[in-house]
Amino acid sequence: MSDSGAAVATLSVRSRGQWLAVVARQRELSLVAIMIVLGGLVTLTAPQFLTVSNLSQVAVLAALIAVAAVGEALVVITRNVDLSVEATMGLVAYCVASLLERHALGTTGAIAFGLGLGLVLGMVNGIVVTVFRVPAIVATLGTLSIFRGIDYLVAGSHQVPLASLPDGFTNPARDSVLGIPIFVLVALGIVVIGSAVLRSTRFGRQLYAVGSNPEAAAILGIPSRLVVFTAFSVCGLLAGVAGVLYVMEFGTINGTSATGLVLAVVAAVVVGGVNIFGGSGTLVGAALGALFLGFIANALILVGLSQFWLQAIYGLVILLAVSADAIIVRRIQRATAARRVR
Amino acid sequence: MSDVVHGPSVAGARSGRSWLGVLARWETLLVVAIAGLVVLGTLLSPFFLTPGNFSNLIAALMEVAIMALPMTLIIVAGEIDLSVESMAGLASSLIGFLWAAGVPLTAAIPLVLVVGALGGLLNGLLVARGRLPSLVVTLGTLALFRGLALIVLGPRGVSNFPPEFTALGFGYVPGTLIPWPFVIFLSLALVLGVVLHRTWIGRQIYAIGRNTGAARYSGVRVIRIRTALFVLSGLIAALAGIILTSRLSSARADAGAGMTLTVVTVVLLGGVNIFGGSGTIPGVALAVIAVAVMQNALRLASVTVEVQSIALGLLLILSVVIPNFAHQAKSAIDRVRGGRPPPADSVRRGEATTG
Amino acid sequence: MAGRLDDRQAIRTMTDGVADLATMPTLRADLRGISKRFGATQALDDVSLTLVPGEIHGLVGENGAGKSTLVKILAGIHQPDNGTIALDGEPVEIAGPAQARALGIAVVHQEPRLFPDLTVAENVFIGHAPSGRLGTIDWSATRRSAARLFDQLDVQFDVGAPVRGLSMADQQLIEIAKSLSVDARVLILDEPTASLSAHEVERLFAIVRRLRDRGVAVLFVSHRLDEVFALCDRATVFRDGRHVVTTSTGELTTADLVRHMVGRAVSLFPKVETPIGELLLEVEGLTRAGEFRDISFSVRRGEIVGLAGLVGAGRTEVARVLFGIDRRDGGEIRLGGHAVSFATPSEAMDAGIAYLPEDRHQEGLVLDFSIAQNVTLPILPRLFPRLLVRASTERRVADEYTRQFDVRMTGVDQIVGALSGGNQQKVVLAKWLASKPRVLILDEPTRGIDIGAKVEVHRIISELAASGLGIVLISSDLPEVLAMSDRILVLHEGRLTAEIPRARATEERVMFAATGNLEPVAAGDQTSGAADV
Repeated sequence: MSDSGAAVATLSVRSRGQWLAVVARQRELSLVAIMIVLGGLVTLTAPQFLTVSNLSQVAVLAALIAVAAVGEALVVITRNVDLSVEATMGLVAYCVASLLERHALGTTGAIAFGLGLGLVLGMVNGIVVTVFRVPAIVATLGTLSIFRGIDYLVAGSHQVPLASLPDGFTNPARDSVLGIPIFVLVALGIVVIGSAVLRSTRFGRQLYAVGSNPEAAAILGIPSRLVVFTAFSVCGLLAGVAGVLYVMEFGTINGTSATGLVLAVVAAVVVGGVNIFGGSGTLVGAALGALFLGFIANALILVGLSQFWLQAIYGLVILLAVSADAIIVRRIQRATAARRVR
Repeated sequence: MSDVVHGPSVAGARSGRSWLGVLARWETLLVVAIAGLVVLGTLLSPFFLTPGNFSNLIAALMEVAIMALPMTLIIVAGEIDLSVESMAGLASSLIGFLWAAGVPLTAAIPLVLVVGALGGLLNGLLVARGRLPSLVVTLGTLALFRGLALIVLGPRGVSNFPPEFTALGFGYVPGTLIPWPFVIFLSLALVLGVVLHRTWIGRQIYAIGRNTGAARYSGVRVIRIRTALFVLSGLIAALAGIILTSRLSSARADAGAGMTLTVVTVVLLGGVNIFGGSGTIPGVALAVIAVAVMQNALRLASVTVEVQSIALGLLLILSVVIPNFAHQAKSAIDRVRGGRPPPADSVRRGEATTG
Repeated sequence: MAGRLDDRQAIRTMTDGVADLATMPTLRADLRGISKRFGATQALDDVSLTLVPGEIHGLVGENGAGKSTLVKILAGIHQPDNGTIALDGEPVEIAGPAQARALGIAVVHQEPRLFPDLTVAENVFIGHAPSGRLGTIDWSATRRSAARLFDQLDVQFDVGAPVRGLSMADQQLIEIAKSLSVDARVLILDEPTASLSAHEVERLFAIVRRLRDRGVAVLFVSHRLDEVFALCDRATVFRDGRHVVTTSTGELTTADLVRHMVGRAVSLFPKVETPIGELLLEVEGLTRAGEFRDISFSVRRGEIVGLAGLVGAGRTEVARVLFGIDRRDGGEIRLGGHAVSFATPSEAMDAGIAYLPEDRHQEGLVLDFSIAQNVTLPILPRLFPRLLVRASTERRVADEYTRQFDVRMTGVDQIVGALSGGNQQKVVLAKWLASKPRVLILDEPTRGIDIGAKVEVHRIISELAASGLGIVLISSDLPEVLAMSDRILVLHEGRLTAEIPRARATEERVMFAATGNLEPVAAGDQTSGAADV
């Protein structure tokens, strides 16, 4: 799994520093291990945790976030950030639901429109960042506000009820193929394709190069701005996919749908081990980060803690993940230094 | 007058047409924008310039304005605090919870302020001592503080506050139409303005924002100052939460949701560089007025609060784009004129790094 | 399968290249009449330079002489205003870095421009990695090819590990492997030895000679004259953007070269002998885990104590502990007879220690502050105990200290970034003197400044010692340490290996202690790691 990361690692364990380096590069395994241990503990107090229906419910919700988190990870790897994903999701969700309600487009047409809208919004972010040279955090904080405002403007106080969606439109949120929920298949497909692109194509490597050392990338003649623009565009497209999934999952959509989700998306990316300063991280990690958060949310409910704890625990998880990253990196650096000066 | 230092921008202005000069003019631009908006507003509605309207327009933005002041210092020092809106929510939640539990407000308010400072201390320690990126840390505490607010108060609201308390956010200075929160804002702006622009603590904050390494090697207590700034931010955010609770006569766990965006917008619109090292309190104060006037004009044009966020987002982006273009245009003009040499160091400095 | 094919191909290309080069009699690179102007500064004025296959050509000159501009033109970063460039007889235009690479021009920068998160192998092959089916990157072929390149260079590398954490020297080797991988015709080394130890310099030189023998044309840019003599066949001197002379290094002496560089004879190191006073600073058994161990020494009033050693020997690390930036793990520091302990630089400053850091731009100055604001930054709390800053006081203090050093400026309100390197360094010195220290630690005080300024800095150091300061001088510039110090302490891998009084100090003694030998052996076969102008 680490092979899809920035550093295509060979597992040669020679000293403590390198051992830690390997652990650091195995964030995906650590997350899986933590989930298994926690899952065991939760099952002891709430046996219904380990049922197919519960687990697939967790996976379906996590898949929705994972799709957006994969897009976010692409942007973060290039040393940028997209805070507008939730607004893109919300706007796409409302437009798709509204088009279906008014029978303006068929199911396929509405979905295609939603994806196209996501792509366009992502391209807007990309243009503001690369052409107008606005720092990503400012640009996407701005477009978060703008996209959300447009959402309100379009929706007004109207709410599209579940009932006015075409029959069967929301089925994919509940159906599964070969026992695997369709949402999960969608997320898996995106993660697999995305990982292959990141690992083995020129564009994928340029993404890491731009995030790892922008100056060196420029000197190498890597078209940094184009790479960053593409990352933002794909992020928008994937937020569009997540927006469509959101309609299928929740059915009832209004102008405030998906509010606050950016926190979960960014948390998934951070927890999944994508370096917030760019240059390293994997899509598998981001997706597992989303699964981890969904898992915690579910466990909280089963253990009987109120829903209100969720936000606080998300916050704690972000703080723990970023602290753990820093501690591991510093250990490695100290070990390397100690090896040099004996 | 000339004996007093305004921070690094003065030296820049004196040395002529440096990029700091552009920022110095940013405030002028804001004044022009405000004037334009006022004219526009007057055309839209005859009520625009009445004292009552003006006082409403200001009062509605005061929580944001108050939080923007410590945010200015934090961004100048090269950090950011995204958690302020949640701290305001936590403060609102706590004050409601304590009041409902029978604790007198005279005890509850100081307690809430202490909690605010402690929350800020948590941010500060993680960022300054733990050397973690403030963007991620305060994103974490953005969720954490909001979660705590929900845990404390749940979904209910507390609203049976005594009139003395609601007067804080609602009332006016006797005999005038000046809302109390505006007085609080002005006093804070004055104090923090003096600290940032006239004292050596302010100078050290600029130094940290410009070059943390050099500041540290010059004996600036970087960790202490950064921590203190986050504590201040937490404290002020709690104060803003209390004012908000008072103004709305209602304590809610979701109080202040979404405010961070407005706070950051106001600060950047005030000419503060997102990467640290430059910006002024007067600039941010002008930006507060500009945003208040704009929101009011939009309201009179019957644009709903939600849709106003489009204008706010545009402003945020433009506040970066306009100086960028102004700078590019200026250097293009300089090139055409051919008169002025580029900063003499650009060539020599490139040489020195390899020498 | 595909990977193996690629490997063979890579090797064939390489040997083909060698054959071509060997039979090529023409000039590899021919630069004629190159001029480049930045605003009002004429960085290069009608210079010409030729590079020949199988030759190492040295390019020397002071800062601002135009060396870097020429390198950047060859690397495609800048385009010349005038002049022509021909490669192997073909006129070319180098429009960008990518094109420079395509033309076979490889540049190894002083600070390698690698991607810390990517592996060694990927850094070598970035942009032209072997591809497999579907045009995707073939990672195992990439790794194998990279390993083979390092074999050719005769160095060991874990090509699958990320670059983050590798030393500067290792990173430069990766840059060189990179140039091998594209089969470079011209290899440019831009001040490559600035942060290498003597040992690493030797290894680098051996590799560069091997590449030369294969027919690569090498341009070696440096201001370390001994290195130019050791490595280069011909040398060109630039001064103020103009070509001064090109000649075979055999026909030159160091004195000639210096004269060409500065355009006049320079007398170096005017040390003033001063009486040495009472004990100021005593360090006993100072230890910091992983950095240095059991360091003991003392500094007296009026004394200049040199701290020599290779890069990474722990000199800066000791200074950082003395200045309160890092904490010690063991040992004692006494100042004026009292045991002291500093948690922060401000405590060290209050006790009378000042530290001029190694990196002027990152640690020494806030470049876009004014001179006055930089000079007063460390003493603000002392200068203005009532918090409010008074600009008049600030200017007066800055004026007083900068005047002593003859800083060339329009006034103390000038932005420091607009000054030349030498003048910037004088501002840093002024800044630290304004704090009225008893002990002044200078870390590489003359790095990256030109000879004229260097002489002035030496004069200042000498005068400061004469005025009663105790000075610790950390420098990689051996002649400087030898000329300035009353005593020389030598560090090797975090341990003190020698303490040599001025009378007995020679380059050999210091070098031998610096490489871990306790007794100097016969002179003559030593390598001088860092003899500067």
